[in-house]
Amino acid sequence: MKLTVPFPFLLGITAAQLLTWPAFAATQLQGAGATFPSPLYQRWIAEYTKSNPDLQINYQGIGSGAGINQFTKNLVAFGASDAAMKDEEIAVVKRGVVLIPATAGSIVLVYRLPGVDNLKLSRKAYTDIFLGKITRWNDPAIIQTNNKVQLPNIPIIVCSRSDSSGTTFVFTKHLSAISPEFKDQVGEGTTVTWPTGLAGKGNDGVTALIKQNDGAIGYVEYGYAKNNKLTFATLQNKSGEFITATTASGIATLATTQFQSDLLRAWPSDPDGKDTYPIATFTWLLLYKKYENKEQGEAVKKFVNFGLTEGQKFAEDLGYLPLPKEVVEKDLAALKMVE
Amino acid sequence: MNIGQSFGTMKHARRKLDLFLILTWAASVAAVITLVWIIASILVPALPAIQKTGFTFFTNAIWDANRQRFGALPFLIGTTVTSLIALCIALPLGVFIALFLSENFLPPLLRQIIRFVIELLAAIPSVIYGLWGIAIVVPFVQNLGQHLSEPFGFLPIFEGPAFGNSTLTASLVLALMVLPTITAISRNALVTIPKTLREGSYAIGATRWETIFRVLLPTAAPGIVAATILAFGRAMGETMAVAMLIGNSKRLTWSLLSPGGTLAGLLANEFPEAKGLQVSALMYAALALVLLTLLVNMTGEAVLHRAEKATAGIR
Repeated sequence: MKLTVPFPFLLGITAAQLLTWPAFAATQLQGAGATFPSPLYQRWIAEYTKSNPDLQINYQGIGSGAGINQFTKNLVAFGASDAAMKDEEIAVVKRGVVLIPATAGSIVLVYRLPGVDNLKLSRKAYTDIFLGKITRWNDPAIIQTNNKVQLPNIPIIVCSRSDSSGTTFVFTKHLSAISPEFKDQVGEGTTVTWPTGLAGKGNDGVTALIKQNDGAIGYVEYGYAKNNKLTFATLQNKSGEFITATTASGIATLATTQFQSDLLRAWPSDPDGKDTYPIATFTWLLLYKKYENKEQGEAVKKFVNFGLTEGQKFAEDLGYLPLPKEVVEKDLAALKMVE
Repeated sequence: MNIGQSFGTMKHARRKLDLFLILTWAASVAAVITLVWIIASILVPALPAIQKTGFTFFTNAIWDANRQRFGALPFLIGTTVTSLIALCIALPLGVFIALFLSENFLPPLLRQIIRFVIELLAAIPSVIYGLWGIAIVVPFVQNLGQHLSEPFGFLPIFEGPAFGNSTLTASLVLALMVLPTITAISRNALVTIPKTLREGSYAIGATRWETIFRVLLPTAAPGIVAATILAFGRAMGETMAVAMLIGNSKRLTWSLLSPGGTLAGLLANEFPEAKGLQVSALMYAALALVLLTLLVNMTGEAVLHRAEKATAGIR
């Protein structure tokens, strides 16, 4: 008991590898990766296999990092990641990589302040809160944008993710884009060292912390906040407008993304435009450029094609942002690169 | 013929014994090999981090995976402090409960019921302790923390602001989690003391309290020390409940009312999506945890040895 502490992790890795061992039957597809889009991918699989009963698809939400890892080791037919893949990660995949932005989501700042249900935060205010520079709710920087509201004189409890997560990656990428100080002091990544506050595991862990603490604020996925009816703040975007997270404001943000034609990897880290919500991101499917097994390659292409077209209509119900038309067109063009 | 028959049975018995011996040998060797295997499989992936950070891993207070800076000091302190506080609370409590249950203050049936209930505490999964801690201990500590940090805030350990999810919360729940281990093993050590010792003590005119503190507790000391080692090991390795309650901060702080972190919690939080040197650094942290437990076990063994020597005269 005393000395075997890390053993469950090793066991977990082995088990995960065994479970995702590539199936040799052509009609089986294994996918693994990000947890955030997992409910949507599961829905796609359920709908798609209804009309294609001889195909078996299995997707496991094991995390973006683990997804890239298994994809690189050729253990899966497709991978998934919230943080796309870095150049050096792509370079080691001999079969080539096609990145497909498959769905998207916004990140909202959920808070708990009794009596305050329409909090507006300026860019400077929410950056300084997460930097630990604004420590009480009646700080002038918060009062400035909420002058009709009676803000209590209580400490701000910042709640973040303790596990490594694509949500943290996107949120810190945004804060780094708008604040040189944040970039310098904290930086961007799937886990960062926050200068202040508490951390909980998963969206649910962060939410639990916020619910327990008066004066708490934290970042969670928009879909998660919406499904759980959490109160979230209206944020100021680059052009100075205060925008509430909705499907429409999220899609407006996605539409500003500038993709290169050969590699669909970009983040709307600080979107331009008057009606854009400041923090939204894509999540990616990772496909190989070459599939040795022809049937497997065809099956992957057809399934992804379904997800990008018909599959998009399930997105909003599940709290995701449907892809803008331009992105779907680019995706379908990229899908043709898969052989 | 009689002799031949019995000789045959003996031969048969010996062959059986050999098989038994082989089995037990195999089991013990397998256990040792597994341990070595586990340590090796932690050590090998940890090597890059060991080469890169060396001993500064234990003295550096900044853990920032983005910038490839790995210092485990906050987590080493977190693990040690939570386990020590838990033991400071659970050890006296556990030994007193064990004493109470091994003396004849209560009718035997009632004692059995209490013993059963306390041992049942060990059977509760740690995630349940975590949930219970969130519902009960977190609000309690937050309240208590505010009252502590206002008058005693000048002391580093009670420095505000007071959080509900803090080192203190994790320590309190850990204390409850290790209580059954201490109680059960200490009680066992106390009830197995030969009756003659107690009777002898009474015979020379000692009172009940003198008997308990001068005779019974010293005699049971090796068992109590063993209980403490086991409890310390469990407290240091506990992951789930601690990760749910401690607030998982990576900052170094001396305040018990601030969020903290432990080695086990760090591993659980960061391992699933770690990459490159971070994996290696986490393996190094795992190794540190194993070494820490080993250190506790060895200290315990040494204390046990001394305790046995000191009480050898009584037995």
